[in-house]
Amino acid sequence: MHDASAGFADVPWRTVIRVGLLGAGIAIFLCLVGIVPVFHARPLIKDVISLGQTALVLALLGTGVVAARTAGVRSRLAILPGALAGSIAGAGVTALVLIGELINVRVVFLNASPLLYEILTFGNGLAGSWIAIVIGAVLGAAGGIAARLPMAARRPLTTFVLALLLAGLFAGILRTAMLTTPLAGLARLLFSSLGLTVIGAIATVVVFVGGREVWFYTRVRQRVVAMPPAGQRLVTWPLLAVAALMVLVLPQALGPFVAQVIAYVALYVLMGLGLNITLGLAGLLDLGFVAFFAVGAYTVGLLTSTAEFGIAQWPFWAAVPFAVIFAMLFGAVLGLPILGIRGDYLAIATLGFGEIIRILAGSDLLKFALGGPRGILNVPKPIAVEPTHFLAGPNQMYYIALAGAALIAFVAWRLRASRIGRAWISIREDEDVAEALGVNLVQTKLLAYMLGAGFAGLGGAVFVSLVGSVFSSSIQLFVSINVVAIVVVGGMGSIPGAVLGAVFLIGLPELFREFSEYRFLFYGAALIAMMLYRPEGILPTRFASREVHLKSSELGADTVVAAPTHSP
Amino acid sequence: MYARVVERITEGAIAGVLWAFRVAVVLLVIVGSALTLAAGRYSAEAWLSLIVSGAVLGSIYALVALGYTMVYGILRLINFAHGEIFMAGTFGGYFVATALAGIGFLNLNPLTSILSVLLMMAGAIAVSVALALLVERIAYRPLRNAPRLVPLISAIGASFFLQYAFRGFFGAGIYAYPTVSILDAQVPLGLEAFRMKWIDVLVLTSALLMMAGLFLFVQRTKLGTAIRAVSEDKATAALMGIDVNRAIVMTFAIGAAMAGAAGVLYGLIFRQVYFFTGFVPGIKAFTAAVLGGIGNIPGAMLGGIFLGEVEGVGPTLFLSGLNVPSPNQLRDVIAFTMLVMVLIFRPSGILGERVAQRA
Repeated sequence: MHDASAGFADVPWRTVIRVGLLGAGIAIFLCLVGIVPVFHARPLIKDVISLGQTALVLALLGTGVVAARTAGVRSRLAILPGALAGSIAGAGVTALVLIGELINVRVVFLNASPLLYEILTFGNGLAGSWIAIVIGAVLGAAGGIAARLPMAARRPLTTFVLALLLAGLFAGILRTAMLTTPLAGLARLLFSSLGLTVIGAIATVVVFVGGREVWFYTRVRQRVVAMPPAGQRLVTWPLLAVAALMVLVLPQALGPFVAQVIAYVALYVLMGLGLNITLGLAGLLDLGFVAFFAVGAYTVGLLTSTAEFGIAQWPFWAAVPFAVIFAMLFGAVLGLPILGIRGDYLAIATLGFGEIIRILAGSDLLKFALGGPRGILNVPKPIAVEPTHFLAGPNQMYYIALAGAALIAFVAWRLRASRIGRAWISIREDEDVAEALGVNLVQTKLLAYMLGAGFAGLGGAVFVSLVGSVFSSSIQLFVSINVVAIVVVGGMGSIPGAVLGAVFLIGLPELFREFSEYRFLFYGAALIAMMLYRPEGILPTRFASREVHLKSSELGADTVVAAPTHSP
Repeated sequence: MYARVVERITEGAIAGVLWAFRVAVVLLVIVGSALTLAAGRYSAEAWLSLIVSGAVLGSIYALVALGYTMVYGILRLINFAHGEIFMAGTFGGYFVATALAGIGFLNLNPLTSILSVLLMMAGAIAVSVALALLVERIAYRPLRNAPRLVPLISAIGASFFLQYAFRGFFGAGIYAYPTVSILDAQVPLGLEAFRMKWIDVLVLTSALLMMAGLFLFVQRTKLGTAIRAVSEDKATAALMGIDVNRAIVMTFAIGAAMAGAAGVLYGLIFRQVYFFTGFVPGIKAFTAAVLGGIGNIPGAMLGGIFLGEVEGVGPTLFLSGLNVPSPNQLRDVIAFTMLVMVLIFRPSGILGERVAQRA
């Protein structure tokens, strides 16, 4: 710990240089993996900065912040480590440009394209290669200063960055939605077809930073908390009602493309909540979620399809219970043998099941019944309406998925505090202790597994009527991985966490092509980062966060998510 | 009373399902094999070539399985990203090979071809080891004392991160491995229906050599002893003056080196590589490790060969007699079914695991 009077010699320059090199590595990675050139196509603020440049800017800023923090300098000197580390990181980018000039890196790395060099040198060719160092130094210094600012000054800065990012991303969508309303003129002023206009950026910053500061200084939250319960309800109920109303009118307001996307998001909220019971409450890492999803999808497909492989042409509503029941039975049959094995093996065994089901669905063996790669077509929508009706197309699936998600959330919420819910949590925390306390392990786990499977089947059922067909190629491992990522990132066992996870992990990649190319890269990084820094998730349950608190103060450990068993 | 009854019923149901599963699989194997052999559609030489291709595939699995088994032995961690380390090696070998083919060194004469293969291996091993150490440092080391689910999720994250980082670097397209002409030539055996290429010989011998080398290293050298001691008991090993960190890092490095070399062999046989190349072989190699008894080094070798044979011979032997259409589509189903069966019926594997205490 360095005090405010720390001098130049006290700065651990070696560490700062290491941070700088790390920053350089990250910046080069962002360039070569293609994030910089691909995201360059989407402006954040029109004619000012693109998303690709923003990624680099954030990397350099972050380098400065981390350097200043690890250097531990609280004095005015903080600017120096930041600037040094930032310029080293910038020099990494310069080196990339120079190396690219000497040899053709592109034979190995596809993204080392002329476009990338143009972005990195601002179109100045080799003469512009040094610009990166300067920008790195400036941004690093800025990061260093930001790191030593008091909280009161840092909060508006973080709001500034976040508000710009979010507004820039959603500008195009907001614009399309507003153009058909009387607000069209405002939309043209604030948003371009991609990204913000300069005026829009300024307006966003003023509104959000100002708003948050006003919110903070008027102490709204503290006042509400200080109110008597009746008064609190008076504030929270109308707010909840407005939020619910917004969720309901969302697809109507934002047009068919966005409606399709949020229908997907709702579907994944549903499935995330389903896995939340298996993984979040009972701690069973199920990587074979797609197996039950497939059972549900094919059940509904077969029972309702009016095309070749349909066997009954039932309405959707009659088929759904069967989808759920079949998926649960499948869960029981697959779960019974494997639930006795230890936790980490369970992950691999379920992954194997998922793969078996995937291959079988596409194989010639079951082609006579499931259609193999040709799939089952012409699955009707649950409610037949005119194309102009407000329930047309993806909208009704959005509402159905939302209703399903609400049902699961309700079930999970009611179960959590019940006897069985507490049994699940005890298994998650420590299997041996749970057994010693009289919890029947296999039965309790099996119930969690079957519930998760049933909800996966429901997800499959909704999926098949949303898309209108099911092919063997829709049964993919990434369905399982998506759901696991949603639950882990949102916070295991947390219901709002699953919603938030689905919105970010499914919504962003579906809305923006740039994100969909890198979605699994981002998932991977998010899973690692969550485990390293916040294993309880972004929106943890009160239970989990309390536990972190207890543990970190009493034991010095900062991990919560307990595996079923601990190694000695 | 009521709970007791329910408990008895579920226990009975579990036993019933397990037995039904066991009987069904055994019946399928016996009836299928009998029908296939009775039909006599395949000659002895055809079977021989299936067996050889199974052994070739199996030795690649075995090399990859060693990495899983050693890391599991020392950290009790399923190194989910190991399949991607293998894929990285395949890519590393590919780029060395294209560079060598570009200057005409690869197929200049048999000597340069052999040298080229060695260079490819060196390149692949370098890439794989560097990557594995990076993953260990970033994604695993800080979580060494966390509950087991935490590093496992981190490992899954690392796996997807690496896959899609490689997709970002090299695109989603499939890269075709250059041909090494001497390896592509037939071994002159003088048999008509049974043919073997030199590449098969290379894979079998080099896998055997590497495994023998590893076995000697682990059993005879000081560092090998340290690794065994750490996987037995970390705390005691540390008290005996063993650098636990170094032993763990070495374990990752050795496993990655094997995977990198296996990657080149895989590329030379299957002639292609893309970002998803490592995933399925990775799961299968893990299967092989479990099959042999995880944590057990000879077990991983045995498990690998066994899995390769089941996969190579299995579809034809078990399924073609039952008139299953295109049985080779189902080879992965056979492999994964075997994984699940081993996990259920004999979780300690063929040779038994060397994990001191089952947690």
